[in-house]
Amino acid sequence: MGYPHKPHPKETVLLSRYFGEADARTYKGWVKRGGYAALEQARAMEPARVIDIVKESGLRGRGGAGFPTGLKWSFMPKEKKKPHYLCVNADESEPGTFKDREIMRWTPHALLEGTAIAAHAIQADVAYIYIRGEFTEPLAIMEKALTDARSAGVFGDLKIHLHRGAGAYICGEETALMNSIEGKRGNPRIKPPFPAAAGVFGMPTTINNVETLAAVPPILTKGAAWYKSLSLSSPKSTGTKLFSVCGHVQQPGNYEVTLGFPLKDLVYELCGGMRPGRTLKACIPGGSSVPILDRAETESCLLDYEGVVERGSMLGSGGVIVFDDSADMVYQIMRLARFYAHESCAQCTQCREGTAWTTKILERILAGQGKPADLDLLLDLAENMTGKTICVLSDSCAAPVVSGIKKFRSEFEEYIAGRRQPVLVA
Amino acid sequence: MSAGAHSSPSVGPEEYQPVFTEQMLEQLQEILARYPTKQAALLPALWLVQRARGWISDRHMAEVAEVLGLTPAYVKGVVTFYTMYHQHPVGRHFVQVCTTSPCNICGAEAVVQALLTATGAKELGATSPDGKWTVIEVECLGACGFATPVLVDDDFIESVTPEKVPEIVRKYK
Repeated sequence: MGYPHKPHPKETVLLSRYFGEADARTYKGWVKRGGYAALEQARAMEPARVIDIVKESGLRGRGGAGFPTGLKWSFMPKEKKKPHYLCVNADESEPGTFKDREIMRWTPHALLEGTAIAAHAIQADVAYIYIRGEFTEPLAIMEKALTDARSAGVFGDLKIHLHRGAGAYICGEETALMNSIEGKRGNPRIKPPFPAAAGVFGMPTTINNVETLAAVPPILTKGAAWYKSLSLSSPKSTGTKLFSVCGHVQQPGNYEVTLGFPLKDLVYELCGGMRPGRTLKACIPGGSSVPILDRAETESCLLDYEGVVERGSMLGSGGVIVFDDSADMVYQIMRLARFYAHESCAQCTQCREGTAWTTKILERILAGQGKPADLDLLLDLAENMTGKTICVLSDSCAAPVVSGIKKFRSEFEEYIAGRRQPVLVA
Repeated sequence: MSAGAHSSPSVGPEEYQPVFTEQMLEQLQEILARYPTKQAALLPALWLVQRARGWISDRHMAEVAEVLGLTPAYVKGVVTFYTMYHQHPVGRHFVQVCTTSPCNICGAEAVVQALLTATGAKELGATSPDGKWTVIEVECLGACGFATPVLVDDDFIESVTPEKVPEIVRKYK
């Protein structure tokens, strides 16, 4: 449902069905709602069968990359020669995204059940749930849920541990996350080796996002075919997805819809549209790392992996940031660039220097000291920041800059030409 | 944001009180059991220190290094990577305000100003003269639909507006 608002009839509530119900947080409350039946079902199957079911369902990773979940699981060695690990990525830090937080706050057992099923499928002995350090409330709720489920004996031999982060966006990158669990600086690793070959502690590892794992129990109880049938447009995008909508909408919050749902309906109907007298100017559909859409693109965009790409952006994490006509796009793009400059791990030159200089040039433009050549300079920088580094943080900084200049060039030019009141940046 | 306005630590090495006494070592043992290496207990061990002492000094880092079989330089390298570990003493209440784009367009910067005024901290990263408050701006707190989220110590407060700030500050006095 559109937590914290009442569910909208156009939503398809699967993951968010119990958001707002405190009783669903408890072990007993979860079992009463049919919880942990899917785990029992999975345990009675061969791991390979569980992987096949998830493959058939079409479930794709909900953390941002959209990689097919069953296929990812199948990369793990079939014959177990070393310990296998599962890492759960609960380091939700992508600006615009706040869905995993809600899953952990309201349905912690959905995540634990999905985690245990995934661990069975990939034959993991240990699962680490990496929760970002700032999520104090989700952490406390997960701790309680884990203790209760553990004492009820539902996990068998599987060990599930919570690992608290300490403030670093980059640890949401899967190899940085593994380094952070190992007690290291959160620097991403060069791939290959891929995690399924050598992941955390050098052992075969799978990393899955919270929302991905929370979707697994209903796939087992209701079947792959049923999940696959939840699709409004592209057959490659199946199931429901939580969209976190924020910014200039009347009712921000989490909304769960079937993939292929029109972005226009999400913004104007489910979220109540813009504030009175305001019109939509721009929208970032998949968390701050994806290209910005203008109004026409937003209003014609279908929310699935293929539909958003068709409009020139990406579905990403499903964090929808809406800007109305009051937004200063130059300032907001500077804020996003500053975010990436702050969060760069500084390993790669293109990222360390690129994110910092992008921010400085944008600040200079805002201060009324920009030069006409600055826009080309920003685009040139962006090109050198794309596809050239160990991870995609650098690319993520370039995405809003390139799309922002392309679609809102006149706003930048007004600052440069001195036709806009300069903004002194703190 | 820089935290430059802190006074230098007054505790000298001769007065150092170890953090990992018997009870804390027991807690550490429980943590160590979760991982195949001792090094992996570093982030949780640093959290234990910060909870006990409010911040993590070079001397604390050396102690953590000793109990985990690491070098002080290595521990410092890790501490400085993560923004939530305090390398300086902070106010009794530590306030983190999100000012990234989604909160920014919803008025986060005004919330920061209201907090700086109401707490008397005045400057970002500085501590109020009464030692009670330190306020910092942080990047995305992951609650963008509840702009502006503010973290006061471990309390995550949603939908803060400048108008709500005085009441929040009063609650922690």
